[in-house]
Amino acid sequence: MAYTVVGKSVRRVDAVAKVTGRAKYTDDFSERNMLVGKILHSPYAHAIVKSIDVSKAKALPGVEAVLTYKDLPDIRFATAIPGIIEAMATDEVGVAELKYSTAGHPYALEETHRDKEDRNILTQKARFVGDNIAAVVATDDLIASKALKLIEVEYEVLEPLTSTDAALKEGAPLIHDDCEGNIISSKGYEMGNIEEALKESDHVIEGEYETSIVQHCHLENQVSHAYVDSDRRIVIMTSTQIPHIVRRIVAQSLGISWGRVRVIKPYIGGGFGNKQDVCIEPLNAAMSLAVGGRPVRLELSREEAMIDTRTRHAFKFKIKTGINNDGKINGIYISAVSNTGAYASHGHSIASSGGGKFRYLYPTKALKYEPLTVYTNLPVAGAMRGYGTPQIFFAFESHIEDIAKKLNLDPIEIRKKNVVKEGHVDPLSKNTIRSCSIRECIDKGRELIKWDAKKALYKEQTGDIRRGVGMACFSYASGTYPVALELAGARIVMNQDGSVQLQLGATEIGQGSDTVFAQMVSEVLGIPMYMVHVISTQDTDITPFDTGSYASRQTYVSGMAVEKAALEVKKKVLTVASSMTDIPAHLLDLKEQSVVFKDSGEKVIELEVVAMQSYYDRVNAQPITSDVSNNARINAIPFGVTFAEVEVDMKTGKIKILEIYNVHDSGKIINPLLAEGQVHGGVSMAIGYALSEQLLFDEKTGKPLNNNLLDYKLPTIMDTPDIGAAFVEKEDPTGPFGVKSLGEPPIVSPAPAIRNAVLDATDVAFNRIPMNPQRVFEKFKEQGLI
Amino acid sequence: MYDIKGYYDAETVSEATALLADNPNLKIIAGGTDMLIKMHGGQLEDVELLSLRKIKSLEKISIADNGTIVIGAMATFSMIFHNPILKDAAPILTEAAISMGGPQIRNIATIGGNVCNGATSADSASSLFALNAQLKLESKAGERVVPIREFYLGPGKVALNPGEILTEILIAPEDYKGFGGHYIKFAMREAMDIATLGVAVLCKVESVTFNEVRIGLGVAGPTPLRCLEAEEYAKGKEISSETLAEIGKLAVKSTKARTSWRASKEYREHLVEELTQRALKTAVVSAGGAEVV
Ligand SMILES: Cc1cc2nc3c(=O)[nH]c(=O)nc-3n(C[C@H](O)[C@H](O)[C@H](O)COP(=O)(O)OP(=O)(O)OC[C@H]3O[C@@H](n4cnc5c(N)ncnc54)[C@H](O)[C@@H]3O)c2cc1C
Repeated sequence: MAYTVVGKSVRRVDAVAKVTGRAKYTDDFSERNMLVGKILHSPYAHAIVKSIDVSKAKALPGVEAVLTYKDLPDIRFATAIPGIIEAMATDEVGVAELKYSTAGHPYALEETHRDKEDRNILTQKARFVGDNIAAVVATDDLIASKALKLIEVEYEVLEPLTSTDAALKEGAPLIHDDCEGNIISSKGYEMGNIEEALKESDHVIEGEYETSIVQHCHLENQVSHAYVDSDRRIVIMTSTQIPHIVRRIVAQSLGISWGRVRVIKPYIGGGFGNKQDVCIEPLNAAMSLAVGGRPVRLELSREEAMIDTRTRHAFKFKIKTGINNDGKINGIYISAVSNTGAYASHGHSIASSGGGKFRYLYPTKALKYEPLTVYTNLPVAGAMRGYGTPQIFFAFESHIEDIAKKLNLDPIEIRKKNVVKEGHVDPLSKNTIRSCSIRECIDKGRELIKWDAKKALYKEQTGDIRRGVGMACFSYASGTYPVALELAGARIVMNQDGSVQLQLGATEIGQGSDTVFAQMVSEVLGIPMYMVHVISTQDTDITPFDTGSYASRQTYVSGMAVEKAALEVKKKVLTVASSMTDIPAHLLDLKEQSVVFKDSGEKVIELEVVAMQSYYDRVNAQPITSDVSNNARINAIPFGVTFAEVEVDMKTGKIKILEIYNVHDSGKIINPLLAEGQVHGGVSMAIGYALSEQLLFDEKTGKPLNNNLLDYKLPTIMDTPDIGAAFVEKEDPTGPFGVKSLGEPPIVSPAPAIRNAVLDATDVAFNRIPMNPQRVFEKFKEQGLI
Repeated sequence: MYDIKGYYDAETVSEATALLADNPNLKIIAGGTDMLIKMHGGQLEDVELLSLRKIKSLEKISIADNGTIVIGAMATFSMIFHNPILKDAAPILTEAAISMGGPQIRNIATIGGNVCNGATSADSASSLFALNAQLKLESKAGERVVPIREFYLGPGKVALNPGEILTEILIAPEDYKGFGGHYIKFAMREAMDIATLGVAVLCKVESVTFNEVRIGLGVAGPTPLRCLEAEEYAKGKEISSETLAEIGKLAVKSTKARTSWRASKEYREHLVEELTQRALKTAVVSAGGAEVV
């Protein structure tokens, strides 16, 4: 279809605000006499608080409150604000064992579908180094820090389980009393008969692969402030991807009714899934309640944020693939052990979701997936860009490369032979592949990197510096349907001049969703971008309901709501115009701020005139608005591929990326420049994942070794090559304007592509990431190359 | 919020040494890029700071009449990198300077702070070791000059007496004239990283033989160090890949690398052997020798 604004690289709606520093983030807002909260973290990975003495901390001038696990259940009653006690006492009373889940999922009415409730705001049992034992509220940072040091805690130290192996060992202590064997879940799936499929195959090839714990490292650390307003409600301003979910979880954590919490989300400095979780807000609310509802700010330092928010689950995979001589895959068996750390957070959803999205790429006769999600005494793993797919695709795309090598098959041909075709219906989710351009993506990538020429050139290398090329594919999803609810809300108000305000429950977190939503509205209403004012702040009191930004759902799922809201406004405009002109509405359209004849484009009446009529007509005045919800009970499957070229220093073990291209099938691209930016960000994150990033812990104690940006090797811009982004645009029939998701997909396939390029260059198969110089050295040494 | 109890500015060296003599608790702050990290991490509390940033005389980089290069302790890494004297006479120092931190850090971090911080990973250190730099230390009582190899005592420990300020770093003409050199910073990142190994080499070449070789290493032991055995061996040897290989092996002997989660001893020693050779290959060419293949 021909569009006017959709498909154009229009400027971000928040570009000027952000570039001039006028965009306000949580930390830019201040309440009068705001107090400061700080957390006492456990120094032990696994321990029980035997005794805790806060008297010295309390006595320090400037300290307003000290909280421990003992105070929390009764915080509502300990507070000295008369109004609050009365109001809250009428709510259902919480108990000392009040546990809640922190995962940013839509609430499920079915109890069986809810996330595991295993967390207290403050705990008596420390389950990782960094766990929250106590907290102080003071008049400034320094006093709060000093007060923390004055809290005397006596711990009984328990055996720390710092690996999934240790946690799964027979007789291992339980990290959570009610969780047998430290296993949260082992739910997987099976399609077809895997034993038979393997038996029928010409070859059965096995492989083991492993990924590491990494962290989001968003620019803005978790920060919030909370107070009780004159309406006796808890108001929290926070840097979150999911304001409506924060509201629910804060209420649940305090045992109060949900309407008593109001959450405001201003601009945020990145999240990557870490803010699709509720980390600091319940404690922040408790801190305010502990000081009579006065405002308290809680801000994590980088060192805290790196261990006391969320991380990416480390996985260990075992794969068995049955394949025929011609390269056709008959059956795949995958077992996975996922390390979720000390609390469930998103827990087993990560392993499940990764396995689910993987299913779309290579449909086979038989596929069996056996994931295990295990508690350990390490920081909590949760949602992180890709949500289980970077792990499983690293494993499988490495594995299929190993198969190709072993059977002497062309790595591109083997993939092309097995990738899905349009029309395929996934037997488990029942999602249909309605558009699929993975083959075209592969062809495009192959050309961009000059695959054939380089393959030939790099054949027999012997020097100290060797080069190679590699590729890897992926499939993803647009939102979570049918696993979870995909509800989105949008509201449009038309002003007297025909411009509009667009209000959304979906959160702009830097990805550019506000801009593409504005483009959609601009397109439908035939008004220029500057006439669409996106309200970027979400406030649960006034923002339409939407579960937030995650699962690459915004443009697809929330876009549906935006399109629906815009179409409703359009319909109302045309109805008013029709009443003014006596031309039937179905003959009319909107274009260039005017009502026009649909067929000829001839101008009928200016939009502004219609808008004025809607406001001030003595008889029929009714300003034009829409307020819609959309429940997307459908999904669209995006695909893509990475091609990478590397140079390996055989002596020092350093790997350098020379060229890298991501080619995406994400349906129609609404804003090419923003889409390219999304790819650049995802690929650069994946480069760190492949080559340098890993959170390290002392194996004996579980103490973090590198929870700072010096020792955690997040790549700098100097480490990032030019990243090529390309798209094969085929509109998906289900998405608004034919879109499919693009938020997370760019991070999925670069790591295995880089790994496969290293294999091509050196003949050494790395089955564990990151491939940092120390590891590469060890492996080269092992193989006699050094 | 930083835990700072008091803050003093000095505008001249004598003002600074007088303030230091009066108040032994004062901690010197130059660019603050190490100091603030320490305060942030809680290693320093309730500090009273004496800032040297207003002492403009300490930013000067010059050459004395006798050919000695004089680098003011408050010269930043940006100043060092852009300085024509140093680019010409001691490129291993300018190479080290540009490898350091990122642009913002280089604009504020000083070479004096780098040295006085006492880290084995200090990017200036291996080069200053190779250059036999001398440090001028001033106090209210007077001044003294200490060779840099005697200044580093242990991790974070330097031979700075109470009341002393490092004012100048001196490099004598015989330590830089006629040398070719090269600095390799081997780190996990191309910027904003501390070295896994820093290798600074200098050499003088006489037709096909080494006249003199100097090898300074950072992060190969608790302090920066020189590889004297390898240097001794190299004297008068024919420049060949075999000689370089032997120098690489001998260089390892002077190191005291250890295994940490950052890198294993074995890997560190391997890097010393390999990178010393690589640095020397480049240095030989810049000293006028023929390329070693
Ligand atoms: C982001 C970042 C990146 C960094 N990257 C690097 C890197 O790549 N390579 C590297 O080597 N370092 C690096 N550093 C460390 C630091 O920047 C350097 O060591 C820097 O040179 C310190 O200089 P300064 O002027 O900031 O010292 P300050 O922090 O002001 O002082 C450091 C120490 O020296 C003492 N001191 C300073 N000047 C004098 C003087 N004239 N006389 C006596 N004592 C003095 C101070 O009391 C203090 O103990 C980095 C630091 C940061 C924050």
